[in-house]
Amino acid sequence: MGLVVLPEPDRAIVARRDAIVSDLRRLVGAHAVIADEDGRRAYETDALTAYRALPLAVVLPGSTEEVSRALRYCHQHGIKVVARGAGTSLSGGALPSEDAVVIGVSRMSRVLEVDYVNRVARVEVGITNLGISEAVKDRGFFYAPDPSSQLACTLAGNIGMNSGGAHCLKYGVTTNNVLGLKTVLVDGEVIEIGGTHLDPPGYDLLGLLIGSEGQLGIATEATVRILRSAEGARPMLLGFDSSEAAGQCVSAIIAAGIVPVAIEFMDKPAIQVCEDFAKAGYPLDVAALLIVEVEGSDEEIADLLSVISSIAKPFSPKALRISQSADQSAAIWKGRKAAFGAIGRISDYYCMDGVIPLGKLGEVLVSISQICDRHNLRVANIFHAGDGNLHPLVLYDANDAAEADRAEQAGQEILKLCVASGGCLTGEHGVGIEKRDLMPVQFTETDLAVQMRIKTVFDPKWLLNPSKVFPFDGRKAAQEAA
Amino acid sequence: MLANMRPVDEREFARLLAEATATTTPVALAGAGTKANIGRPINATTQLSTRALRGITLYEPSEMVMSARTGTALAQIEDALSARRQMLAFEPIELAPLVGVQAGQGTIGGVFATNLSGARRIRVGAARDHLLGVRAVSGGGEVFKSGGRVMKNVTGLDLCRGLAGSWGTLAVMCEVTFKVQPMPEETATLILLGLPDEIAVEVLCEAMTTPYEVSGAVHLQHSLVARLWYDGLREQGQAVTALRLENFAKSVAYRKARLMEHLKAYGEIHELDSENSLAFWGELRQLSVLQEGEAPLWRISTAPTAGPRVVAAISAYMRCRAFYDWSGGLVWAEVLPTTDAGAADIRRVIATHGGHATLIRAEPQVRAAVEVFQPLEAGPDRLSRRLKATFDPAGILNPGRMYAGF
Repeated sequence: MGLVVLPEPDRAIVARRDAIVSDLRRLVGAHAVIADEDGRRAYETDALTAYRALPLAVVLPGSTEEVSRALRYCHQHGIKVVARGAGTSLSGGALPSEDAVVIGVSRMSRVLEVDYVNRVARVEVGITNLGISEAVKDRGFFYAPDPSSQLACTLAGNIGMNSGGAHCLKYGVTTNNVLGLKTVLVDGEVIEIGGTHLDPPGYDLLGLLIGSEGQLGIATEATVRILRSAEGARPMLLGFDSSEAAGQCVSAIIAAGIVPVAIEFMDKPAIQVCEDFAKAGYPLDVAALLIVEVEGSDEEIADLLSVISSIAKPFSPKALRISQSADQSAAIWKGRKAAFGAIGRISDYYCMDGVIPLGKLGEVLVSISQICDRHNLRVANIFHAGDGNLHPLVLYDANDAAEADRAEQAGQEILKLCVASGGCLTGEHGVGIEKRDLMPVQFTETDLAVQMRIKTVFDPKWLLNPSKVFPFDGRKAAQEAA
Repeated sequence: MLANMRPVDEREFARLLAEATATTTPVALAGAGTKANIGRPINATTQLSTRALRGITLYEPSEMVMSARTGTALAQIEDALSARRQMLAFEPIELAPLVGVQAGQGTIGGVFATNLSGARRIRVGAARDHLLGVRAVSGGGEVFKSGGRVMKNVTGLDLCRGLAGSWGTLAVMCEVTFKVQPMPEETATLILLGLPDEIAVEVLCEAMTTPYEVSGAVHLQHSLVARLWYDGLREQGQAVTALRLENFAKSVAYRKARLMEHLKAYGEIHELDSENSLAFWGELRQLSVLQEGEAPLWRISTAPTAGPRVVAAISAYMRCRAFYDWSGGLVWAEVLPTTDAGAADIRRVIATHGGHATLIRAEPQVRAAVEVFQPLEAGPDRLSRRLKATFDPAGILNPGRMYAGF
């Protein structure tokens, strides 16, 4: 792999490494700076492991003030900065470069305040996604966005990528669940936006910062919405002979006025691998499987699942199984949430994150299969059917450089297909390094120019998370225009 | 030269705005203009309206998505949705009657440009949370888009949220794509009467922390209840605290019983049936109780539990009638007319208790003299000015509508 070109590091900066490290140690304390090669090695990549670079140094601040000091210093000296949470990005969002300092927020992981009456929690952003829900679950609350990596990924990364998850059909994604941010701007200035109240005044800076992939600033604290958990939740499994039938069934459920909390789709290869791993009781003789989950009291759940069963009937489900116990429910979700890991046990894979209109599911899956056939690759598809977010996992052998390149090539063709079908390049993983050069597929030159000028407003020297998100063309113009 | 114009497509907008930028001609931008009397008065001789940009361009009920040109009447959008038993879940409020304009004429563009959401905001999010895609023309005359027609999209910077709530000061939105939701089968309302503000908000917050998905939580002070259109409640002559449940009929029945049990310590609980519930929440969406007269009206967003404290603090300075929405976190405060509409005192109260305040109704000379929108902290202020300059380099779009100087 490695179709994306990375710029040559700034040798003048790299040559000053020792001095920079010693300055940073003075500013944030020696304990918070990693400079030795072994230590830096742990930060050379993220979950898009095809790309690697040893960072200049790694700073792990313990407070907003320390983030501010480090950023101010880097800004003054023209040093690039890569913000990092847990390094679980699938798009290379946390990939460092040899001339950049990594600022990792993993040490800043405290829950600062939980206000159950006003239904908010104030946390440091290095906390894991699941850590927020864990902190409030004794009182029956949870934090809604639930990316598959929630055990490891940080809220910081979720904010950077505007992460979603399986349950965002009902509860929304990160931007719908963060009410306030404390953010350090590139020059070290600390700004606070929003808080316990809704809809902050003025332009929606919160909305611009969330999902900005570390391009605009580094968030350090957040006020997030916490919600009271439903009385209960239960999934059902619906297996179909074709992907089209599964897609039509999803449309029919929504047309009937039911918005389940999650509707997940798996194709045959994905079902097989996940079943082998989780023993979830998935039917193996179907072409497509839906996991449909609803919430409420036992009786409400029973009613809704029975209505959904009747809605599914005309689409001739080959399997229709309602979870009968908490253990079964857990197993069903274990299979789905472990899908990437389970597939990773049998093969290297390249995970795509396109979005398509639900109505195009059938034809898009046929085209994906043709693309992969053409490149002589296998593919498994996982799909958040409710919101159109498609994760084709293109299987390849990382030890075979030619096959790896073919996988990346196939991935790019799949994403172009998603855009052509009315969708987009990425639904929740972000653009990062991976999709940077595909941006012109989705956006015009002007669309990108407008975005790049906003980048320049926040980061005039383009020091934050360099080489990501925006294609190289047009960067200079945006810098000059803003 | 430019005049009062209704461009028919984004290209015409682009041409006219490029020309206005080249000649530094200020432009008052509007949809149907129903909110023209809200915000700071604009000094512009040229008016551009999106009214000729009409029509629903995409509606996929089974994907819960609709696109429309921004001059399309909100009423038309809601009719089309309701024919398929769907709705705009964020329940956009109707501001026009507050400022002497007839209800029901606003455009969908105006809804997103002002990001004003109704009672259901606490359950489903604001207007901005429902905006999926936008095609727009910047003040400088560039045609650009952001987002798209799919539910999830993190490709590039999120300009949908950037433009929502910018009151036409950054760009002209020409087409919007937004999320829609199924209409609930049944609506019910629980009512408690005569509660003081502090206790009422305690009830609202308590209800919001149950698993019953309360989708409206409001409290009307006694003095405002007298203005309700719905006589069943008006005639009670006491403060009204109301909670809304929406769902399938069986669920509503179950949840209503559970919620009543949960809140019984607070006193007798009355119920409104589905029809009366729709009437009651429908009139609140039009802010019925605030339409009378011309007294200054403030919209204050704060932490729900801070709501009553904010009202008590304001009341120490001036007579204040309050309608609490969003379980106490949104306060509509009607105050007696003064030279600054109470701005100095209200800003001081907000500084103490947190949140922000917008002066929705006041005489033009007052709106020109005081900060109508919440003044920004130094950092956000500087960023906002620079954002304005990148979209609208000559500063021609609705100049000064939100803040003096940009």
